[in-house]
Amino acid sequence: MSIALSNIAWLEPVVKIAKGENVAENAQLIIKSVGLPLAGILVFLLVWHAAASNINTSLGQFPGPADVVEQSQSLWTEHLTEREKAEAFYERQEKRNADRVANDPSYVPKIREYTGKPTYIDQIGTSLVTVLSGFLLASAIAIPFGIVIGLSANLYSAFNPVIQIFKPVSPLAWLPLVTMVVSALYVSDDPMVAKSFVTSMITVMLCCLWPTVINTAVGVASIPKDLINVSQVLRLSYLEHVRKIVLPSSIPMVFTGLRLSLGIAWMVLIAAEMLAQNPGLGKFVWDEFQNGSSDSLGRIMVAVITIGIIGFLLDRIMLMIQRRVSWDKSAALR
Amino acid sequence: MNPLLELTDVGIEFPTPNGPFCALQNVNLKIKKGEFISLIGHSGCGKSTVLNIVAGLYQATQGGVVLGGKEVNEPGPERAVVFQNHSLLPWLTAYENVELAVKRVFKGKKSKAEMKEWIEHNLELVHMSHALHKRPDEISGGMKQRVGIARALSMEPQVLLMDEPFGALDALTRAHLQDSLMEIQKELNNTVIMITHDVDEAVLLSDRIVMMTNGPSATIGEILDVELERPRNRIQLADDPTYNKYRQQVLSFLYEKQRKPDVEAPAKKAATSESKTEKVA
Ligand SMILES: Nc1ncnc2c1ncn2[C@@H]1O[C@H](COP(=O)(O)OP(=O)(O)O)[C@@H](O)[C@H]1O
Ligand SMILES: [Mg+2]
Repeated sequence: MSIALSNIAWLEPVVKIAKGENVAENAQLIIKSVGLPLAGILVFLLVWHAAASNINTSLGQFPGPADVVEQSQSLWTEHLTEREKAEAFYERQEKRNADRVANDPSYVPKIREYTGKPTYIDQIGTSLVTVLSGFLLASAIAIPFGIVIGLSANLYSAFNPVIQIFKPVSPLAWLPLVTMVVSALYVSDDPMVAKSFVTSMITVMLCCLWPTVINTAVGVASIPKDLINVSQVLRLSYLEHVRKIVLPSSIPMVFTGLRLSLGIAWMVLIAAEMLAQNPGLGKFVWDEFQNGSSDSLGRIMVAVITIGIIGFLLDRIMLMIQRRVSWDKSAALR
Repeated sequence: MNPLLELTDVGIEFPTPNGPFCALQNVNLKIKKGEFISLIGHSGCGKSTVLNIVAGLYQATQGGVVLGGKEVNEPGPERAVVFQNHSLLPWLTAYENVELAVKRVFKGKKSKAEMKEWIEHNLELVHMSHALHKRPDEISGGMKQRVGIARALSMEPQVLLMDEPFGALDALTRAHLQDSLMEIQKELNNTVIMITHDVDEAVLLSDRIVMMTNGPSATIGEILDVELERPRNRIQLADDPTYNKYRQQVLSFLYEKQRKPDVEAPAKKAATSESKTEKVA
């Protein structure tokens, strides 16, 4: 999957070979763009396999590639079984309700939620929702803030030290504070979302704000003087200036920041979920660790690889959006 | 007739780390409606500073500028500027770049259809109708400058300010643009102040050439009235004695009266000053 997404260029030579153009040359191109990454992955798998069989832990041997394949299959089967159970549950409930309504027409049927254990796939879903909420919230704060301080050299000088101090703070340091604050402020009998979700999301937000703030501010501050003169000659108002000149002109830098932020958000999320016990991938890893069965290490390894692939995909998606909205086509985006 | 634009005792001091730097002093100039003025002088003497003061982008520290009876103290579309390096918004097409200005200036005065027509008309004037929907990075330097001129013209400015508009272009493209500008000027009869470092360009285009002394505290040295019939043709003028007399007068001001100090002392001539002096040619 990584090959296809990172380098679609290999499709072109395939098409050309199919048409019978420069077969030898294009075959070489394919070998380069597909063969080399495959070879790299193969070498990695071999080294991993060899190393794994030599590492023994209290929970058994370190999982090799084969264990990971096995565990991912079993996680998938568990997911399917759980889904079937849920479906059966709802079916039973519907039938019961229908019966009751038939007996007593005044009865208003109630649907109770299925409360099974979240599957691995559900946990991936929760993680994605949490990370995206935190990231979107951070962007909604960071971009306007970055613009405002980028437009004024004085504000920038004033806030820069604060930004530089908070930027390197680890999520583990924020988490206890956030947990306490959320517990104190987020009180409701019927909460819309779980406290652990809010805690994880806010921790993610606090950690991934900064790259977007800094890059947006730098992008805004480096708008060419000529464009600012144009805006002044046209006497654009502050808001129009931001909308017509500042935003478009700093879009490339804003996206550089957003991509960095999303990368950080995803990394922070796993740690936050572990500690906040938000039902996502981080909690999955933690639970498996606490569980300590012979399958646990293999399952954690599946999570590690899933985390890597999702992180990579998130970055590619951002890159695709960046390519679409960026006017600076000459800039090499990778 | 009253002058449209009047600079009275204009001077400016820039604060620098080594104390205030007096760039201009006692600049006095009256410009009539429809006049085409060139500002010429050695690089760094303060031509752009004069233009920026008229544009309202800089504030004079002495004296002031009056346009049509009103003092100038901030930028505005009635004093449109054509900048040296086009300064088009790179994310907008030629049409959209002009549209931005037209929408700003004629909001509520022109209907949507009238605006569209006006934008296309101005791009037509500069012969850019074939590339309305191209972005700046898809057109040549000369074309970008044409769009920049169209944008300025579309604001129907009282004065058109141009800071070395053709300075970054090759000789052939520059000649084309000069011809276009003369054509436009014949039709619209705008009031124009143009900075140039090209003596031929100054004589060919201007009604008056304002020659500036070297800075610091630069001021106007001489003003030359160019009384050549219009329309002017560069080929016929090439061996016109009056044309050559004007040319010679400007050259003598620049290279005899206002000889740059670093030209007189070749020993001190560094690579940077070399490129500076070559600009005036
Ligand atoms: N914003 C500024 N701050 C300080 N000095 C300036 C500023 N703008 C121009 N100058 C100085 O004023 C002088 C004239 O500059 P300028 O008008 O750009 O010259 P020209 O356009 O004739 O080449 C130069 O010595 C330049 O260094
Ligand atoms: Mg200049």
